[in-house]
Amino acid sequence: MTGSILFQAIMFLAGAILCVSIAKRFGLSSVIGYLLAGVLIGPYVLGFIGNEGDDILHFAEFGVVMMLFLIGLEIEPKNFWKMRKTILGMGGLQVGATILLAYLLFLALGFDSKVALVVSMAVALSSTAIAMQTIKEKGLMGTTFGNSAFSILLFQDIIVIFMLGFIPLLANTDTKSTNNSHSESYSLIQDLPVAYQTIAIILSVVFIVVAGNYLIVPMLRKVAKTGVRELLIAAALLIVFGISFLMEFVGISPALGAFLGGVVLSNSEFKHELESTLEPFKNLLLGLFFMAVGASINFIVIANNPFTIIGTLFTIIVLKALILYITGSVFKLKLDQKLMLTFSLAQVGEFAFVLLSFAFGLHILGQEQMDMLLVITALSMSLTPIITLINERLILPNIGTKESIKRPMDHIAKSQKIILVGFGHFGSTVGRFLRSHGVEATILDHDSNRVDFLRQMGFEVYYGDATREDLLESAGIAEAKIIICATNRLVVSKAISKIVKEKYPHVDLMIRTKNRYDAYELLNMGHTQVYRESLDTSLLLARDVLSKMGYRKYTLNTQLQNFRKYDEESLKRLAQEPKRDEKYIFKVREELKQQEKFLNDDLKRGVVDFDNHWDSESMKKALEKH
Amino acid sequence: MKRVLVLFAHPKFEKSKVNKELIEEIKDLDDVTIHDLYEEYPDFHVDVNREKELLENHDIIIWHHPFYWYSCPPLMKQWIDIVLEFNWAYGPEGNALKGKICLNTITTGGSKEMYCSEGNNSFTVRQFLRPFEQTATLCGMTYFSPFTVMGTHKLQENKLLEAKVKYKKVIKLLQNGLDVNDFDSSAFLNEIPQLNS
Repeated sequence: MTGSILFQAIMFLAGAILCVSIAKRFGLSSVIGYLLAGVLIGPYVLGFIGNEGDDILHFAEFGVVMMLFLIGLEIEPKNFWKMRKTILGMGGLQVGATILLAYLLFLALGFDSKVALVVSMAVALSSTAIAMQTIKEKGLMGTTFGNSAFSILLFQDIIVIFMLGFIPLLANTDTKSTNNSHSESYSLIQDLPVAYQTIAIILSVVFIVVAGNYLIVPMLRKVAKTGVRELLIAAALLIVFGISFLMEFVGISPALGAFLGGVVLSNSEFKHELESTLEPFKNLLLGLFFMAVGASINFIVIANNPFTIIGTLFTIIVLKALILYITGSVFKLKLDQKLMLTFSLAQVGEFAFVLLSFAFGLHILGQEQMDMLLVITALSMSLTPIITLINERLILPNIGTKESIKRPMDHIAKSQKIILVGFGHFGSTVGRFLRSHGVEATILDHDSNRVDFLRQMGFEVYYGDATREDLLESAGIAEAKIIICATNRLVVSKAISKIVKEKYPHVDLMIRTKNRYDAYELLNMGHTQVYRESLDTSLLLARDVLSKMGYRKYTLNTQLQNFRKYDEESLKRLAQEPKRDEKYIFKVREELKQQEKFLNDDLKRGVVDFDNHWDSESMKKALEKH
Repeated sequence: MKRVLVLFAHPKFEKSKVNKELIEEIKDLDDVTIHDLYEEYPDFHVDVNREKELLENHDIIIWHHPFYWYSCPPLMKQWIDIVLEFNWAYGPEGNALKGKICLNTITTGGSKEMYCSEGNNSFTVRQFLRPFEQTATLCGMTYFSPFTVMGTHKLQENKLLEAKVKYKKVIKLLQNGLDVNDFDSSAFLNEIPQLNS
């Protein structure tokens, strides 16, 4: 029964849905939910998915493969070139130092020097899957930490190629690395001499680059011409699977091949099409991958050697964390960004599975060593979300630069204090405009590098999470007149609005929202000053279009103001309509329906015609009556 | 040939048949610049330096606008308020506009009969235009009688045709050096005898 594919699929899906929803409810990352689901349905707890964990892991690696393909797509070669210093610098430092120290450590622990080298290489790599997923989920991609983490992970992802090319060299002097039943999924070229293997690897990389330009893009063009969307999905999957197959064939990591393929295709016109096509597959497969990692935690191996494993695990994490911290220091990251980097990349990553099994296939590692290291890898990955959580909840709130710089302020700002939350694209525009009028807002932001920069510019800036009441207090909310929420995160705005409403009702709260749905939520919480970022710019664009079509600019300017006023009024009315609750699953359809209603109303109202002042036609009509 | 700058201000140009015809008639004349203020400055943000440059490059300035509440539409007033700067247009060093010719071209809904001491509006158009006249005088410009198209609410097609042809003629006369002594200053420019020759 448990062997049935359908049953397994049901277990995976049900486990994921249940655990991820619970994790999300507690405000945890979805990765924790997946890992937990894996442990639960795995062979050692409920046993639903038996011992097939290995196969599933193999299949689920497509999640990682697709992720790397998508990462590759995002990196256009010129951006890559721009980031080369951080990639090479931070990545090189982290990988180099980790390999060196881990090597010495494992030698000291009595490992054979070849084993120690392989293990230290595996240990140096962090989990792109876990780290990137968490970073994206938290919206930290643009921060200093996000960029650093991305650079290091990228470097690791690239250096794996060389590691995989290097490991066979270690095996060479040992027993001839052939004919093991285990190696059947590995390459056909394994029997060849090392030099040929290396050449085969290089050739296949060249092949991907060339094929990308001269085979894949023309093929995609042909497929796109048919206009059948499924075919594009099929083509996208074919590319990823094809590259993976080729890479497995020559015995290097499919994920890397996919990454390379992504980079090659990042300049093509299909970049965004591929991205949006593969995104849902990627997320589900990554989820599967995390579950497989959870399921592959071999509790028997742990039970046999609990102290060795826990000890090694702890040592490895501490070692990696230490080097990451130092790397952060060398590159002058602020403390909070540095800590986030330290804790989010301290695990051993999925490439360790690849490297270790590869080395095992070449008889460099023994079965026992391999089992143990795999468990450590899985455990370290599972621990990551918990460690970052501790960092986030316990450590970060207690550090960060809090003291303000005393500087003479304009008397307006002094007597009528303004607090500005979030100094991103939106907030900075607001802040700069206020400042150019001599109004200095007190700024709250969660990126300490930005905070530092703003300090140098002479702004009064507080670092930290603006949903914390104590931070708002130290920013002077008690004396503030206005607080502007310029963050695009609804959660933050809602939290602040709650605090303001309960404790500081005298403060005028003005909130940026992304769209009308977020606006509805805030309006229904009783806020009237909601500013949709999508409103003004879209009206400006529409105005310019009509102007190009020959409408008069002054009329359009007036009409724009009419439309804006009308839309704001209708927003407030519509927010009260009780139709946007959770029952509306088919939100897209609802949205379209609503848009249609708006458009019909606009047409009926005749936005252009309702101002009759100095209108000679209407004057004439009135005159005729007499 | 003198250069003419028509400062045109109409918030609802798309609804004004008379002004459309007038502008259409003169827009292709040589050395005539039509400067549509409501199109250039829909947000009332008048570019002073650009306006000054335009003024300096022309010899005859025409304030062309409908008669709103016995005056010009607000953007024209805004233009006067901020472009005619102290010590540039007037004041001890304000000589930029000295010697230029200035006049109003106006359209009114009401007929000529309504604009007199016996009519609904009690005063003549020329009397209502005193602020413009004095503005021009203060800037050292020679103020000419206005060109008017009145009673636009009930204007017949043939009268409109006549009006626009006269407008074109007037502008050509101005360009060829029509002098203030060539006409009776109490008259409207569209009534001067030169137009019939």
